[in-house]
Amino acid sequence: MGRIVALLIAVLAAASVRAEGVQVPGIAPADRRSGFETMGPDVQAMQRDDFSNPAMLGVAAGEAAWSRAPENGKPACSGCHGDIDAAMRGVDARYPARDAKSGAVLDLPGRIQTCQSVNQGLSPQPRESDGLLALQAAIALRSRGMPIEPPSARGLSDGVQRGEALYRQRFGQLNLACAQCHDANWGRALGGTRIPQGHPTGYPLFRLEWQSIGSLQRRLRNCLTGVRAEPFPSGASEWLDLELFLRERAAGMASDAPGVRP
Amino acid sequence: MRRVALVIGLAAWLAGPIAGRVAVGAPMEKGAVPEAAPLATSRPPDPANGRRIVVDRRRGFCLLCHSGPFPEERFHGDLAPSLAGAGLRWSEGQIRARLIDSTAINPDTIMPPYFKSEGGYRLGRAFAGKPILNAEEIEDVTAFLATLRD
Repeated sequence: MGRIVALLIAVLAAASVRAEGVQVPGIAPADRRSGFETMGPDVQAMQRDDFSNPAMLGVAAGEAAWSRAPENGKPACSGCHGDIDAAMRGVDARYPARDAKSGAVLDLPGRIQTCQSVNQGLSPQPRESDGLLALQAAIALRSRGMPIEPPSARGLSDGVQRGEALYRQRFGQLNLACAQCHDANWGRALGGTRIPQGHPTGYPLFRLEWQSIGSLQRRLRNCLTGVRAEPFPSGASEWLDLELFLRERAAGMASDAPGVRP
Repeated sequence: MRRVALVIGLAAWLAGPIAGRVAVGAPMEKGAVPEAAPLATSRPPDPANGRRIVVDRRRGFCLLCHSGPFPEERFHGDLAPSLAGAGLRWSEGQIRARLIDSTAINPDTIMPPYFKSEGGYRLGRAFAGKPILNAEEIEDVTAFLATLRD
């Protein structure tokens, strides 16, 4: 009797998990396409040419900030790390990552903010500020063309799983999950827009729609407000979990940051 | 023995939605779709207003996913069947049932529930307590879609 009750409980538990999340098959690795590959040739050309890619203005500002020491006498980024090309090579491809000192999992902007407050004695630049996006773009450029490394390979599988649950969660008044558009219906027309697969290979990136450079969190926020849901607060752990899952889903794809998107 | 039957019955009940997933996108038999009775409204249905709601990108936004006989609209989606002939394929009650809450017909549908006031997970504050369309608008759209018989 006890065993049957346990079986029933197990079956019901499995059912409740299934009922929460949208179950559609993921994209086979060979079928994955980045937003760069599926966007129009004119925007591709804009990204390919560093002189016409508007995100490269952010890179230039970020490189200048890299070697500018704060006025409080603490070191510049370059004071500890040295040359950005050598020090930051491949770093963005391995983010989000666990901070060895605090044990916290940080995305790249979170890592830069921690450095600013702990090592430079500054109040960290806010997310979405030009200064933080510029530093992020300058660092991300040093991973261009490199394969995105799966977060599970650096012990972050828990966050990946939480992120997948969010990816399969229906949100908002329109009651849609990420997976329903970006796994089940990519390539199809949503009004005048082709639905992309939603791989975070190019962040931070310049969106023509925004007319500015922006972060992955900003893009995810757009999706949540699009389905008429209340976005998570800036810097909330849900964004990080979603990013971990999306980076796992895009593992092995080439980074093309800082990108341009329509 | 009865316990075994209970477990088998439970397993079959759980397998139901899984089997249902296989049929996503497959044509459904007309008889299999439930009907919904007309909603209580303050005025008779207005099919012309229904058409305006269907093409409106903020109210019905139907053309984000569907195509249909709307030559003046530039962009039609292709995530869902064309609305052309909707009135031939479905009864008014079936059209209304799909609009009110399509997940009651297909739990995996991407079609938003247009007349469900309890809202979704993390519902946006601006939309609290409001369905996507009100009862009059549901009846207008139902009446309009029922006229699409080509």
